[in-house]
Amino acid sequence: MSKLKEKLDSGKFTITAEIGPPKGSDVSEFREIVKLLKGKIDAFNVTDGQGASMKLSSLAGCLVILSEGEEPVMQMTGRDRNRIAIQSELLGAYALGIRNILAITGDYPTLGDNPGAKPVYDLDSVGILLAASSLMKGRDLAGNLLKGEPPNFYLGATANPNFFPIEVELIKMEKKIEAGARFFQTQAVYDINVAERFMKEVSNFNIKVLLGIIPLRSLKSAQFVSKMIPGVKISEEVLRRMENASDPKIEGLKIAAELIRKVKEHGLAHGVHIMAIGAEKTVPILLDML
Amino acid sequence: MIITKKKPIEEILNELDSYEKIFIVGCTLCATASKTGGEEEVREMKEKLEFSGKRVVGTVVLDPVCNLQKSKLDLKKYVSGISESEALLCMACGNGLQTLGEIVEDKPIFPANDTLFLGEVKRFGVFEERCLQCGKCLLTNGLAICPLSRCPKGMLNGPCGGAKDGLCEVNQDLKCVWMEIYERLKRMGRLSDLKKINLPLDYSIKIRPGQHYVRRGVLNEQT
Repeated sequence: MSKLKEKLDSGKFTITAEIGPPKGSDVSEFREIVKLLKGKIDAFNVTDGQGASMKLSSLAGCLVILSEGEEPVMQMTGRDRNRIAIQSELLGAYALGIRNILAITGDYPTLGDNPGAKPVYDLDSVGILLAASSLMKGRDLAGNLLKGEPPNFYLGATANPNFFPIEVELIKMEKKIEAGARFFQTQAVYDINVAERFMKEVSNFNIKVLLGIIPLRSLKSAQFVSKMIPGVKISEEVLRRMENASDPKIEGLKIAAELIRKVKEHGLAHGVHIMAIGAEKTVPILLDML
Repeated sequence: MIITKKKPIEEILNELDSYEKIFIVGCTLCATASKTGGEEEVREMKEKLEFSGKRVVGTVVLDPVCNLQKSKLDLKKYVSGISESEALLCMACGNGLQTLGEIVEDKPIFPANDTLFLGEVKRFGVFEERCLQCGKCLLTNGLAICPLSRCPKGMLNGPCGGAKDGLCEVNQDLKCVWMEIYERLKRMGRLSDLKKINLPLDYSIKIRPGQHYVRRGVLNEQT
């Protein structure tokens, strides 16, 4: 049973955070971060070659989290695997105790550190959800019967509240829901009005939403985030605060904490998903500010 | 049309390094339109090779190279040039090069072009990929925009998370094809079509390498 599902279903404010596995086989620092956040968040989301960079696998990272007695969310992209590999990895993950899956199409190889890699994309995010849903019904994507008790996943997907036109994103979300997504984690949001508008749009969808939070680290990181994340807008006020801060890192965490508090107080979303992107060690400081 | 691109002359000369006598083969169709292997380019290539100290023992522009039986016949007139040559330089596409290889079995054949894609001529000198020859046309819903060939990720169910300001995350010179699909459906008042889930493709339809033949006048059997 997914504890993440239980928590979200209970209506309690839920916090998840993303951790990137190392580029190497030494998981000691990864484990250290898990220990730092132990008991402070509801689930640990493990990226799958984020930014198309070759890293230790999401499955292995999830096992480290399980070994620390915490709950993982395994990211599964379609970039590097065909439908056979995706389904067998999903079965393996379930057998080893992973209950939460986040389906993502995946960043394109040329954006990463092995740009010459052959992209796969046999299944897009909707296809991955269809495959997982099919396994949950005891059959593979081709309709062949599985042996024994089928896996019981809690399936998630991503959404971008900043996307323009939002109509396109909403239609895609509907397809993901039809394919089996029950929770969504969003791309970073910096504007409470954007979050509010988005939540209003999806209020008819029977889903749980974790709003994405990327704490800013500097004025430069604000520019980077604006450049990297489609449609994201960071207000003049936030930019000014980052510029004038004596410690921009702390200021960025403060801004993130204020946003999370607002989301929580107004019951805007079911929780938040913190993406520290390499600065995972600062997440406990952010959590202490809440 | 098959879109090809000229290889750099240095690369060609490097490949031909140990051969002196060269026979050049061009193509009247796609390579002519791509300006990579028509009469004009074959002539230019001949000059370049000769300038570099090679002997061009013959040239021909086949109509087109990829028609095996026809090319076999047409090449009969060039037997002496070909047998005198030490190597052939093929200025057609990758398919044409292999057709040539079936006819001329005992000579090395080098490509002068890189074969890029099956595409559209947008205007003179501008080509865009339009079809991946996946084996089962997705365009049966009147859409006339193929997401498989025109999205680097082949997204079947809408834009990926990387589409930014309506542009493709992989190539910012390209408009996200899903924005084009969205706009087209909106224009046609058929936006609800966007909600239909496109199932993963059935790649078993397309077995590589493929061979088709016409039987009783119908081209639909695969062996």
